[in-house]
Amino acid sequence: MSKNKTKTRDFQRLSPAWNIVFNIIAAVVAFVCVFPFLFVLIISFTDENTLAKNGYQLIPEKWSVEAYRYIIETGESLMRAYSVTIFITVVGTIVSLIFITLYAYAISRKSFKYRHFFSFVALFTMLFNGGLVPTYIVVTQVLHLKDNIWALILPMTVNAFYIMIMRTFFSTMIPDAIIESGRIDGASELQTFVRLVLPLSLPGIATIALFNTLGYWNDWFNALLYIDKPGLVPLQAMLMRIESSMQFIMQNSTNASLNTGILQTMPQDTSRMAMVVLATGPIILAYPFFQRYFVQGLTVGAVKE
Amino acid sequence: MNMLGRFFRDIIKNKAMLLMVLPGTIWFFFFSYLPMAGTIISFKEYRYSRDGFLASILESKWVGLDNFKFLFSTNDAYIITRNTVLYNGAFIILGLIFSVGLAIILSEIINKRLSKSYQTAIFMPYFLSWVIVGYFVFSFLSLDKGLLNQILSYVGIDPINWYSESKYWPYILVMINMWKLIGYNSVIYLAAVIGIDKSLYEAAMIDGANKWRQIRHITIPMLIPLMTILTLLAVGRIFYADFGLFYQVPRDSGMLYSVTNVIDTYVYRGLKTSGEIGMSTAAGLYQSVVGFTLVILSNYIVRKFNKDNALF
Repeated sequence: MSKNKTKTRDFQRLSPAWNIVFNIIAAVVAFVCVFPFLFVLIISFTDENTLAKNGYQLIPEKWSVEAYRYIIETGESLMRAYSVTIFITVVGTIVSLIFITLYAYAISRKSFKYRHFFSFVALFTMLFNGGLVPTYIVVTQVLHLKDNIWALILPMTVNAFYIMIMRTFFSTMIPDAIIESGRIDGASELQTFVRLVLPLSLPGIATIALFNTLGYWNDWFNALLYIDKPGLVPLQAMLMRIESSMQFIMQNSTNASLNTGILQTMPQDTSRMAMVVLATGPIILAYPFFQRYFVQGLTVGAVKE
Repeated sequence: MNMLGRFFRDIIKNKAMLLMVLPGTIWFFFFSYLPMAGTIISFKEYRYSRDGFLASILESKWVGLDNFKFLFSTNDAYIITRNTVLYNGAFIILGLIFSVGLAIILSEIINKRLSKSYQTAIFMPYFLSWVIVGYFVFSFLSLDKGLLNQILSYVGIDPINWYSESKYWPYILVMINMWKLIGYNSVIYLAAVIGIDKSLYEAAMIDGANKWRQIRHITIPMLIPLMTILTLLAVGRIFYADFGLFYQVPRDSGMLYSVTNVIDTYVYRGLKTSGEIGMSTAAGLYQSVVGFTLVILSNYIVRKFNKDNALF
């Protein structure tokens, strides 16, 4: 019997040699995936003069925290960019969740007479779109959102794909009996939704919220299109603007006399990389915790009504 | 009158639901349907009018298909279409092979905790923005400081000015895209591998099939429906390029346009750099129409395979 058991296990498992090979392959891929981040981290802690002499090195001759010190000292624009990003991420995610869940819930309800029509309204936008130029014209000339913080929020508020995910979630996870019980208790549709349906839908909502948060945090495209005012530039867009010159970081600074001096002494190369680290840090740190919900969301998305 | 009465009764009966879809519907109107109507400017010579959007459109002169004729008479249309389709084609094929392979490797690794750690690391690049990825790439490819040129000079090869040599970029872009997205796709496939009915493997074991045969005859065949669907959906989107990859990673370098210009970057530059509103709207409409056809077609094929997985 015991012999039989070990034999079964042999079949079930990879042979030790192949297990090592598979581990090596996966470890190499995993290393390649995180290595660039580690490299940029190292660069950000390199001494500026060493870097100018030797280039970006894996083990720099001389380490330094100068880059971070400069960023913190002259940090006004970094702080502002951070607050813009945090604002659009928080407000954007909340507004987005409200729009998406309400819409998705309504079209998931069989008692809603026009659900097919509104499903189509959403679905069709996944198939066809007007393209960048007409959208740009609508945002700037109809909604007049140029250089307005809402230009960073509204274009990403609704996404038909998320509506479809949520609709699937509502129609498969929420038993009709619950909604019925709400009606018997005399609750209005909205009350039923808020008090009975939403608490049961938290896993689905968490997934959509994560997708949204990530989308807003990482967005630079809308800033590229609609934002010229330095004070409204989010983190990712700021990184984009300092690619060629650190000048931008000074534009915000209130102390003009300070500017030229600082720019000359500023460790430009290393502080650029330090900014990359500071912009990526929150995501990398939070990521292991929300990874599970993300994976869950991907698999929810694969299931359809 | 009776019909109208019934219509109003229905509206009142459904008013709670209608209120719920209202915010989303307004959004769709402004951000989806109004721009769709706005594609009309691809048939016009767009002139901005102070009296607003409608006046701008109405007052612009009709030029028929001139914008399209002009677009397709240049070499640009060919180059951007070729780049978009070939890159996406490479992404689809290589992405499929590598992510399925990786998913199987991750699922077979005996130590599950190690496997989970690998997964976490491989999935990470997906969460970074293209701007950040652009910096990562720059730390390797920078002419005077980049790691790659240091290695090249170490082995006695002259440094390469990566950001102006277009011949390397097709490989670079494919590699970077794989690097960023392979984790995402392999996680989807991994979930499918884990979901395969264990009794199939038990039956195979009783028949004396070793691990390799199990992978070949159970795991891969069981993944084929998902592979088909994800591939077809990707084919449906083959006309849409990832703007960030083609704009941020090559740092918008003009010398590389021949291999980095795709439909999306072309439209963007037409709008923001050269100001050819009519022509870039035309390019956008061309993308949307072909894209629409491809989505419909691929969805039709998906439906033939498996109704549940079709988009609609």
